Amino acid sequence: MPTRTYCWALIDAIREEMERDPSVMLLGEDVAAAGGAFGGSRGLLDAFGPIRVRDTPISEEIIAGLGVGAAMTGLRPVVEIMFMDFFGLCLDQIFNQAAKTHYIYDGMFRMPLVVRTSTAVEMGIGPHHSQLLEAWVGHVPGLKVVMPATPRDAKGLMKAAIRDDNPVIFIEHLALHRMKEEFEDGEILIPLGQAAIRRPGRDVTIVATGLMVARALEAAETLSADGIEVEVIDPRTISPLDIDTILESVRRTNRALVVTSSLKPFGFGSEVSAEITEKAFFHLDAPVRRLTPPFTPMPFGKGFEAFLHPDATSIAAEVRSLLA
Amino acid sequence: MNPDPLDLWRRMMLIRQCEAQLNDAFAKNLFPGYIHSYLGQEACAVGVCAALEDSDWIVSTHRGRGHYLAKGMALKPMMAEMFGRATGICGGRGGEMHAADPTKGILGGNGIVGAGMPIAAGAALSAQVEGKGRVAVAFFGEGASNNGSFAETMNAAAAWSLPLLMVCENNLYAEMTPFADTSAAPDIAARATGYGLPGEIVDGNDVLAVTEAATRAVERARSGKGPTLLELKTYRWGGHFEGDPKAYRSREEEVEWMDRCPLRCLREVLLDGRADAATLDTIEAELTEEVAAAIRFALDSPEPEPSSALAKVFAA
Repeated sequence: MPTRTYCWALIDAIREEMERDPSVMLLGEDVAAAGGAFGGSRGLLDAFGPIRVRDTPISEEIIAGLGVGAAMTGLRPVVEIMFMDFFGLCLDQIFNQAAKTHYIYDGMFRMPLVVRTSTAVEMGIGPHHSQLLEAWVGHVPGLKVVMPATPRDAKGLMKAAIRDDNPVIFIEHLALHRMKEEFEDGEILIPLGQAAIRRPGRDVTIVATGLMVARALEAAETLSADGIEVEVIDPRTISPLDIDTILESVRRTNRALVVTSSLKPFGFGSEVSAEITEKAFFHLDAPVRRLTPPFTPMPFGKGFEAFLHPDATSIAAEVRSLLA
Repeated sequence: MNPDPLDLWRRMMLIRQCEAQLNDAFAKNLFPGYIHSYLGQEACAVGVCAALEDSDWIVSTHRGRGHYLAKGMALKPMMAEMFGRATGICGGRGGEMHAADPTKGILGGNGIVGAGMPIAAGAALSAQVEGKGRVAVAFFGEGASNNGSFAETMNAAAAWSLPLLMVCENNLYAEMTPFADTSAAPDIAARATGYGLPGEIVDGNDVLAVTEAATRAVERARSGKGPTLLELKTYRWGGHFEGDPKAYRSREEEVEWMDRCPLRCLREVLLDGRADAATLDTIEAELTEEVAAAIRFALDSPEPEPSSALAKVFAA
């Protein structure tokens, strides 16, 4: 089987969907001639031409709004907001327009829109390029939110997102762009709203997202040597969340830890923790824990980031403490 | 496009009756919510939509009834929507600021000032990709012209030669603040030059002038030459919403503008050899009754089943 990087898996997904469906198009800053600020759309302009693959001005609201209007009128646009940190410039189009149009107009319009965006957590590029804000969009009814942690998932989730008739916020981890995985060519569709159990285990459930999935698996290896078996769940879709897979796991392990690159207050971990507490309280042997960076902006540089973000060591330590 | 002026008058009178009778309903406490009245601006919607086909797209605003009716939305389901009734075109969940009808190219109103322009540009992008000569229209007010979405839409539409009409209805008041208080330059059309598209000032109370300008802009858009900004100078007879005490302007100014009533202007043209007063009066009486019947229909319609609020968050 061929090996693909996370980045090329995404390009493959968009290319395959553009070949399959002429209504799919790609819009964003630097996506056409430059092939993407991070190479995430290389070759697409040559393959599909300037009508379907377009460089936009640095105008996030019109990028998102073009996507909304185009999706209402028959296209399946993929619009790129280069960093999730830029969502402040286009949130109205995302949370008032894209998210609510199907609902307000009683189902008269579909919104087959993908907002492709990235988080550069742990890339060391400073406070306006390092945030993971999945909770912002996860809080909005009508939006689906996806965050792949592996190359194969990146491809399968992107293809499913493009075919979905609802607006999907697709969050890539730039720190994973060069991650490699061996997987089959061709059609891969991973249904939105379906978690993956990355590693089975009996003692503790770790729910980890994005960059933290591989790190949780690394911690699980270390702990396994000491006889602690960790189950690692990757939700893959943030919203709608596959809480059933998480609850089923917690009912077996009786302990849960949520690990994210995003912050703790009002965050993804808080949501998962509350769901577990409401629905599996009597299966818990200990309170649900959350491991996240501290509640600060992200300063420049990898030194700060290494200090602030969870790593395999801190995850393992948190698990030991949870079992103590 | 050469519309029959009598037909334009009929459409304007429909909107006039709708707005006047809704105000009456509001005064009698029969209306559930705020009314953003279109009284006085009827020539803008009717003149622009007279230049469009059903297949062309429009995006409206929070003050949208004129646009809906001018583009052909059926009166009764529109009215029931305004009252939030189950028989409304959106089943009552859109309400006074939100109605749409894809079969007539009406892509909705909006509760957010300025948000419609990028959406209209997206529809224009669809039209361009489709390549069949459709156009899209963004209706907005002078207040929205000071929103960043205006700048972003103007620039992108011009850069890509999108088949888009940017139609600014300059009614002088941005919600409750005179436009001149927050903008140094009085003419929005003048901004077009800076973005590389034509901008034109039109008498927004003269429906024939609006139709003519819109027809030219539509032809330009259909032939691939790109967007046009039309600034229609007009006046909002009512407040930002009904009940607004309008302390920010004089009653004398209101009377001056009401003297330039768009319906009266057109009536004078029609009476000059195109129609007789009796015909116009008959049409007015018919439309008065038609609107009254629509309001009765709305008031007699049930409210939506509350639990239907849980449905359609996502498309299946």
